[in-house]
Amino acid sequence: MKIYIEKDDKSLDIKIKKIKDFDGKKLLEKLKINPSSIILVKNDEVILEDEILTEKDYIKILSVVSGG
Amino acid sequence: MKCSRCEKKAVYSGQGQNYCKSHFLEYFESKVTKTISRYELIKKEDKVCVATSGGKDSLAVLYMTNLYCEKYKIEIFALAIDEGIKGYRDHTLDDLKIFCKKYDVKLHIVSFKEKFGDTLDNIKDKAITDFNKKPCTVCGIFRRTLLNRSARELGATKLVTGHNLDDEAQSFMMNTLLGNMSHNASLGPITGLADNDKFVARVKPLYFMLEKETRLFALLKGFKVEFAECPNIDLSFRMTVRDEINTIESKLPGAKNGIVNSYLEILPLLKDHYREKKQNRTFNYCKSCGDACSGAICNSCKLEEELQLVKKVRK
Repeated sequence: MKIYIEKDDKSLDIKIKKIKDFDGKKLLEKLKINPSSIILVKNDEVILEDEILTEKDYIKILSVVSGG
Repeated sequence: MKCSRCEKKAVYSGQGQNYCKSHFLEYFESKVTKTISRYELIKKEDKVCVATSGGKDSLAVLYMTNLYCEKYKIEIFALAIDEGIKGYRDHTLDDLKIFCKKYDVKLHIVSFKEKFGDTLDNIKDKAITDFNKKPCTVCGIFRRTLLNRSARELGATKLVTGHNLDDEAQSFMMNTLLGNMSHNASLGPITGLADNDKFVARVKPLYFMLEKETRLFALLKGFKVEFAECPNIDLSFRMTVRDEINTIESKLPGAKNGIVNSYLEILPLLKDHYREKKQNRTFNYCKSCGDACSGAICNSCKLEEELQLVKKVRK
């Protein structure tokens, strides 16, 4: 699964085939990202954390914090 | 998960409700409009200046304020401060210009270079090494001064800012941790205690909106907002407080609302307490620029002198 993390301007490719019911919450736990500071986008659609993700999905993790 | 109000897929979940795209936009617009009305942030006779940077908060507040002003035929314009932070402000200002053109809002841009003689990029090294001042301190003082002064000179009676619930929770916690309780008396949906014609009243229509809700609103409305974080933020105490509050919020959803609602309960007491203290004090006017201040010279002019900037003749 391809992932783009906006805050770090970083792209990742992770394998999730063996993990059952891999959802947005599990992804954020795996990446140690606080859900209250991001918005999840799956294939250009905003999703909630309970959405099941698959290997074919392209996930964007948008940061809600900005400014200074 | 489905929307609590229809069969569509939810894009946001908060306070026990799930929202699809259209119901989220409706929720956001309704809550902001209610905040403006409930706290009388904007009145029909006002001339409204929206402080903007081109980031998500300011585009969202500019959009919402413009919507409100159009409905009630209230005069509105946008004001941006260009601090001179290369690779950051230049990008957000480009987005802002496009936005203002699209929504037909007049935009004024005032720069540190024009008003204080130099950019923040050039000032900050000297500020850190020679005066032990953080860039955020310099920027904060100069920005506040320019926003108030420019809004006043342009005839505004209200200065709208994009501060949201996260900002307010952070400011309250920062002031509390630093023991600056008097500063907390100056927060709230309408800021400042001073009733002086040199100050333009500051109002915050996004006061009850989470930062996450504001970003989602900007995203779903299709505003062009790229992620942009000030390169100086690493030095900021606010960043530490922001991250800690976000950690608490993830363990205790609603914590940010809890902080701000608790603060609003004590705000009348704080205002009374510090207003009484201030009643015995008369305003001074800065010997250099004429703005109202507590000493002989305002913080901004003091800072300018300290940093030995080239002083421009103010119009």
